[in-house]
Amino acid sequence: MLRWRSHRMQAVPPCGPSATENAFITHAATWTEVMAKALHRLANPARFLRIAAPLLPWTAAGAAVCIGAGLWFGLVESPPDYQQGDAARIMYVHVPAAWNALAGYAGLALASAVALVWRHPLALVAARCIAPIGACFTVIALATGSLWGHPMWGTWWVWDARLTSVVILLFLYLGYMALIHAFDEQETGERAATVLALIGAVNLPVIRFSVDWWNTLHQPASILRMDGPSIDPAMLLPLFLMAGGFTLLFVCLVIIRMQTELARRRVMALRRAALVVPQASDA
Amino acid sequence: MTFLRAVVERELRLYMRGVVDLIGVWMFFGIAIAMLPLSIGPDPDILSRIAPGAAWAIALLASMLSLERVFAPDQRDGSLDLLLLHAPSIPLLILAKSLAHWLVTGLPFVVLAPLAAIALGMDVQGVWPLAGALLIGTPALSLIGTVGSALTAPVRRGGILAALIVLPQTIPVLIFGTAAVSETLKGRDSGPYFSVLGAFTLAAVALAPYAGSAALRAVRN
Repeated sequence: MLRWRSHRMQAVPPCGPSATENAFITHAATWTEVMAKALHRLANPARFLRIAAPLLPWTAAGAAVCIGAGLWFGLVESPPDYQQGDAARIMYVHVPAAWNALAGYAGLALASAVALVWRHPLALVAARCIAPIGACFTVIALATGSLWGHPMWGTWWVWDARLTSVVILLFLYLGYMALIHAFDEQETGERAATVLALIGAVNLPVIRFSVDWWNTLHQPASILRMDGPSIDPAMLLPLFLMAGGFTLLFVCLVIIRMQTELARRRVMALRRAALVVPQASDA
Repeated sequence: MTFLRAVVERELRLYMRGVVDLIGVWMFFGIAIAMLPLSIGPDPDILSRIAPGAAWAIALLASMLSLERVFAPDQRDGSLDLLLLHAPSIPLLILAKSLAHWLVTGLPFVVLAPLAAIALGMDVQGVWPLAGALLIGTPALSLIGTVGSALTAPVRRGGILAALIVLPQTIPVLIFGTAAVSETLKGRDSGPYFSVLGAFTLAAVALAPYAGSAALRAVRN
């Protein structure tokens, strides 16, 4: 990344920039500096752990309350769908899981961008920890979608634009996880996977657009859709509660995984130090 | 420019030294195509309907087989260090590598795939659209594949991993490549599909060299 910075400095014209350009450059410089400083403060694992530790019980409790209330309103208090009956209640798990699967990839891409641009060590850990959780939410979305599809469409699986996109999202997650574990050195795997996550993030809208196009080309839109104009507020409340609960659960799990990962690294570093010391005393 | 030509010539010479591997890739394509009637059944209606798509998909899979040869041998014997040292810019090296890869695994399928599709019963009218779509679309596959190969350069037996991470990224090319052919066969205007396919390849030419150089830097420090 040092290379990239030096390129950017060379890009300033030698004859001297105009006033507006100058203002823009200083503005951009201060903005990146502020950003980098804020990120830099979080780059210290000890400081991150100090912030994360008190955050963890709150997110866990929030997730439990939201999901509990969402389940209560979703399963008991909300009316059954007029067409689908009680089967539509799986929506309260399916839709939030699908949202979180997508949001998880966005988080993965964001963490990867931060890791690549600012060489932020904790962002690498964050990206590494987000991936399996996002993949799990993707699997939940696919499984509940399939369970929902069977009574409604009469088949477990339809090659519909959304389902296909979610399967591709799962492949992107799995490819990321396969690449990160393929290298002997952990950090090399993380850096390689960072590049892959960003390629995926750039390509994902193109894939989505292509799959939509493919779908309209091959199938008329005959499938019952959830995004009708009217969704009853009694259904919207549990949906949003569950979405909030799943998001908090996601954050909570990422924090736990990051804490575990940092602890694991600390143990490994201490072990390595313990191995080195006796050798040094021998010599 | 001289660097580009030198690298492409070197790559082609190396590919020709191991020409058995290349023939293996083309044979894989032929055998996989022959598997289709054997597994699906010889019904001409079904086969002719899936012919262009099957030719595209299997050509894509076959071109993944050779990804391990793009960067891994150079990484192993150290010549990648020399190439990087002498390259005027790393993106140019990526471009040269993907050009060479396309010449040996993309270009042959421009000829082979229409033949295979005809063997499966595709209408003869589809030959030129299929060849044209492959000619326009396969460079994008080689460019994306080269990035995947760069990402897995130090991985032992990284070929399958490269295919695993590259295949989902090639879905848009596959969709528009097959749509261009099938729309022509249905007698509809397929110009837009060829245009979008060309746009994908141009975007890959613009972006993949930089992604590839970021990938090489990531795995080699």
